[in-house]
Amino acid sequence: MPESVTAGGQASGGKPRINDFVVKFANVNGSGSASANGLFARSVMRMGVPVAARNIFPSNIQGLPTWYEVRITEAGYLGRRGGVDLMVAMNPQTWDRDLAEIESGGFLLYDSTKPIPPSRFRDDITVIGVPLTAMCNEAYELPRERQLFKNTIYVGALAALLGIDLAAIESLLTDDFAGKDRLIKANVEALHMGHGYVRERLAPLPLQVRPANGVGDRIYVEGNQAAALGAVYGGATVCAWYPITPSTSLAEAFTSYCQDLRTDPETGKGRCAIIQAEDEIASIGMVVGAGWNGCRAFTATSGPGVSLMTEFIGLSYFAEIPAVIFDVQRGGPSTGMPTRTQQADLLAAAYAGHGDTKHPMLLPADPGECFEMGAQAFDLADRLQTTVFVMLDLDIGMNEWLTEPFRWDDTRRLDRGKVMTAEQLEAGADFGRYKDVDGDGIPYRTYPGTHPTKGGYFTRGTSRNPYARYSEEGAVYVDNMERLLRKFETAKALVPAPVIRPAKGKTREGVIYFGSTTPAMHEALEMLEAQGRRLNALRVRAFPFADEVFDFIAQHDRVYLIEQNRDAQLRTLVMTEGDVDPAKLVSILHYDGTPITARFIAGAIAQRMQVGQIEAAE
Amino acid sequence: MTYILKPQLHHPSLPTNSLGYTRRDYEGSVSTLCAGCGHDSISSAIIQACFELELPPHRVAKLSGIGCSSKTPDYFLGASHGFNTVHGRMPSVLTGANLANRELIYLGVSGDGDSASIGLGQFAHAIRRGVNMLYIVENNGVYGLTKGQFSATSDKGSKSKRGVVNHDAGIDMVSLALQMGATFVGRSFSGDKAQLVPLIKAGLAHKGAAFIDCISPCVQFNNHPGSTKSFDYVREHNEVVNRLDVITPRDPIHVDYKPGETVRVQQHDGSVLSLHKLNELYNPNSRAQALGYLQARQARGQIVTGLLFVDPEAGDLHDAVGTVDTPLNQLSEAELVPGQAALDRINASLR
Repeated sequence: MPESVTAGGQASGGKPRINDFVVKFANVNGSGSASANGLFARSVMRMGVPVAARNIFPSNIQGLPTWYEVRITEAGYLGRRGGVDLMVAMNPQTWDRDLAEIESGGFLLYDSTKPIPPSRFRDDITVIGVPLTAMCNEAYELPRERQLFKNTIYVGALAALLGIDLAAIESLLTDDFAGKDRLIKANVEALHMGHGYVRERLAPLPLQVRPANGVGDRIYVEGNQAAALGAVYGGATVCAWYPITPSTSLAEAFTSYCQDLRTDPETGKGRCAIIQAEDEIASIGMVVGAGWNGCRAFTATSGPGVSLMTEFIGLSYFAEIPAVIFDVQRGGPSTGMPTRTQQADLLAAAYAGHGDTKHPMLLPADPGECFEMGAQAFDLADRLQTTVFVMLDLDIGMNEWLTEPFRWDDTRRLDRGKVMTAEQLEAGADFGRYKDVDGDGIPYRTYPGTHPTKGGYFTRGTSRNPYARYSEEGAVYVDNMERLLRKFETAKALVPAPVIRPAKGKTREGVIYFGSTTPAMHEALEMLEAQGRRLNALRVRAFPFADEVFDFIAQHDRVYLIEQNRDAQLRTLVMTEGDVDPAKLVSILHYDGTPITARFIAGAIAQRMQVGQIEAAE
Repeated sequence: MTYILKPQLHHPSLPTNSLGYTRRDYEGSVSTLCAGCGHDSISSAIIQACFELELPPHRVAKLSGIGCSSKTPDYFLGASHGFNTVHGRMPSVLTGANLANRELIYLGVSGDGDSASIGLGQFAHAIRRGVNMLYIVENNGVYGLTKGQFSATSDKGSKSKRGVVNHDAGIDMVSLALQMGATFVGRSFSGDKAQLVPLIKAGLAHKGAAFIDCISPCVQFNNHPGSTKSFDYVREHNEVVNRLDVITPRDPIHVDYKPGETVRVQQHDGSVLSLHKLNELYNPNSRAQALGYLQARQARGQIVTGLLFVDPEAGDLHDAVGTVDTPLNQLSEAELVPGQAALDRINASLR
């Protein structure tokens, strides 16, 4: 067995960095690394240290490069930091670029079974070689075992290098493989193999994990899973969907939660219907049909799906049928970057459909809000009788985030909106399907089959009068379109309000952000604050925008809009929907498909503050 | 198009069914289709069938796509909820509606332009899912509302009103429905109400995906020599393989035909289909034989009509999905929202 190699060797001799560094794993897709890498991240959390972990994966099942980045952050910064302190380089295909990414003075762990020429290393990093392949070949017979346990062995090696408690990892293995004792034993052995190898030969690194109390009662969960659970709590009973990355796991999580929470205990039958449709068009068609017939229904999709659903979204708007669409955004346009993250569907969703249309959108910032907004979307869709979008993105949807535990007020009731009952119809209520009785633009509806002779109407995508009868009279049409605008105005007060985070002192500059940018933004604000750069911050949580958004812009000389798309779509929405001086709005755009980082935001804002010669005014 | 309400006055001597409804109670607003349109005959047959089946009108949901045929749900069952959806997408909307409330009766009305072109995929998938519905295609082989273009069911070699010859193969919706697993398949002719009304009754009573292809000549754009969907052509080439009587559980059973010529089939809801064979060779219980027979006759230019296939034991989408018996849109909040106790358990599993 080859000896471990230490090349280069400028190990940072100073104080060890405790609970604040980034480990990145470079792997080959399909090699079984995902569960080992996840085990590593969760073991750090078991020690009470928060982590922010992100999958950077290809649109591929086997063979292409994939990365997993774990930020260990006792301070609780859950955004991506940028840069890598320890690279676990397990993929020869990406060796050079992986090495280039390591911070100066950082560390490299690699498989030293085959010698690598010194020219392929860097002399400003510390290199740790562990002959993983050789160890596996010696310990295991089957090729698949050799491949899988290599991952567990490097987790063991990392535990020794970083001071991670082996007991924490073992307890996770016991939980994960409950009832499969043979697997537990095999994995624990592999873990100890890697751990023992390092402990006997190498000193711990100056990057160390120490027990802390930073996690609290927070949970660790994907946004897609949280949104699916939100749909269960929101009373959704029909889910029609079509597989598309990165939304697939939302529908699959809904299926799994429904098996648990929606099975009739007596008959074993389901209190929901989940249909994998033939395409996105049929998915939204089923949602619209179910919504028309009084169910809470949703689909989960991504940008290409929204493009396909556009005609039905227009029908839902004009015929006023509740629907919920979870759009887990990925890199566009067209097929774009299917496994990379962006916030680039805002305009496509907000104005989906031909003619004059607009649709409410909820903008969750973490899985906790995915759950809450996932439930709330169904109340809003019923109340407003229209399509409501919940705009996740790949970063929130497919990565596990540390988030506040899910909470539900058991006294909370579903808001089914304005539905006229058989009793009301029998009592002689005047039913006009598109009549604005209450002045809020929202009419009453009836479910099909309600009453033998009253309340029936013909639903159509054509223009009609308040009693649902076909009409192409100009005045009737305009009256209806104006009512739909009133309804959208009503929505402003119903959707989640923005959150304002004031600077620690007076400033004339502000920043607006939303969604998965949130943790990186909060960290960037602290970085800027430390440089004496003050910004008031507003997080948009929904469209239509509340008046506070426009008040906030009016109160500042300059407002930075942070977005993860090329065309500044939030800025376009803000300019279209409000009376705003565009010169005030400065875009900071990050759209290479990786999650935005605090370093990027802070750097971009600092630079523009200098360029613009605007002081953080006192 | 204008919207014309029908006068609501009833003649006092109109017969009523056991629910107390007259035939007029199953009518809708005045048709705005061309005088003599085959589609209006089909609407009339639907009205007759629902009256005879004694369906409460409001328990029927009628859905359609876009086109002449898709306008017709406005012209029958005026007390029912109707939904004129988007082009070619009625099947998905109907599927969703059916999932929401399994207790209503779903009638999908579409045309060849709506179902055989843009909607071909949704048609096929709704059929193969076994959605409990009656799906009627009012098939005239032409785009009427846009004035006379060929549709995908136009036969190869047939001529348009302007004399253009169609070079594309025609899609046979009946064969397609059989291949996609429809459990009730019929074909009829808008000019043969005696055949059509019992077929509609049997299709409405059928549990599972029922499909009727109804040839319905377009008097304006596809009723000329050289058309294979004209009244004359269909009358000349129609091979009626059987005559159907539908006997509901309430009806006294009497059959006019001689034993040996009649096949009796009991459906899930208790209705009995009494089939009078006009062609001894035709067996409506075999999907494979039906397909072979249809294709052989089609090659000879004949149009086979009648009840072409039925599986009386068929299940539906709800059986496949395993939904509860209570309609999903009537489940209580207690049955839907699990509460904080379940969340505590889920939270614990995510730490």
